[in-house]
Amino acid sequence: MVKSVVGEENFIDMQPNRSNNYCCGGGGGFLQSGFKEQRLEYGKMKDSQIKDTGADYCIAGCHNCHAQIHELSEHYGGNYPVVHLWTLICLSLGILGPNEREYLGDDLKEVNVFHPETAF
Amino acid sequence: MTLAAIKLGKKNRKNIFLNKVKKLLPEGGNLNACLTCGACASGCPATGLGDMDPRKFLRMAALGMDEEIIKSDWPWMCTMCQRCVYVCPMQIDIPQLIFNARTLRPRDERPKGIRDSCDMALRNESTSAMGTSPQDFEFVVQDVLEEYQEAQPEFADMQAPIDKKGAQFFLNQNSREPVTEPDEMVPLWKILHLAGVDWTYGSRGWAGENYCMFLADNDSWETVTSQTVGQANKLKSKTFLNTE
Repeated sequence: MVKSVVGEENFIDMQPNRSNNYCCGGGGGFLQSGFKEQRLEYGKMKDSQIKDTGADYCIAGCHNCHAQIHELSEHYGGNYPVVHLWTLICLSLGILGPNEREYLGDDLKEVNVFHPETAF
Repeated sequence: MTLAAIKLGKKNRKNIFLNKVKKLLPEGGNLNACLTCGACASGCPATGLGDMDPRKFLRMAALGMDEEIIKSDWPWMCTMCQRCVYVCPMQIDIPQLIFNARTLRPRDERPKGIRDSCDMALRNESTSAMGTSPQDFEFVVQDVLEEYQEAQPEFADMQAPIDKKGAQFFLNQNSREPVTEPDEMVPLWKILHLAGVDWTYGSRGWAGENYCMFLADNDSWETVTSQTVGQANKLKSKTFLNTE
């Protein structure tokens, strides 16, 4: 799915991947547990893994992961954009409106905007 | 001269925490099969937090160090991601051990943020950790849908059904989108529309997050899950799609 949306040559998987991949630290209630310092420490491994790919964007599969990785990106200074898969699917289909681009980076904010006149 | 064998602890082994958890799990979660190899700890992002790691936690449980386990905050720093099970040569179910360790403290001594989110979900039939009512959810979905049908005429026929009977898919939704960033609901609606998918939200049990599960409050977890599954069944949806 991701390859068909971004192009095969633009997809870089993390290492290790699949069942050897690392949890980002947003799940299991961690986001609401109050242990913020530990949660960010936990996520350091995921942040390094993402940076090591050299990719411009990180796609998160669910809302919890998105919230955690987005925070990791800012906290550890990588500042890579973290997007939901639905955002990239709609962008690739040319149906992503101006108000559905909250998490796109500046490089894609103005690209192929659907009904740009409806921006608010 | 032969030394007498060291006796560990004075507890009745039958009643230690580890053995109680073993009774709950298929094959006892293999909790007695640890080879102490450390594969779990070496790849666990929570290793080192709170001076703990998965292997150490299991060893403590095996030694009957229940009081130390109850005192440890580590069960709340493990996300129960399952990686340790995948890498374990004996497939030991450490995440289930962690989940059950969460139940060892009284409910009001578990992390407040998780407890409050669970309590919010119990407030009304939405099961939303943000306490949003079914009426507010319906209003937001309808309002956003109409706005987009008008602003993007190619999607004038797009629907975001609530309580549609007999739909193929029953979708749930993380509360944060309708409550704090409603425009983020739209791309998914568009994809479902273009793919011709027959789907519905439920006015009840629409919220996908389940903090009662994370709180290890099993009765409340069941209440929340029954609410959402009950709604899907009532609508005679064929497939439950958990988007969380």
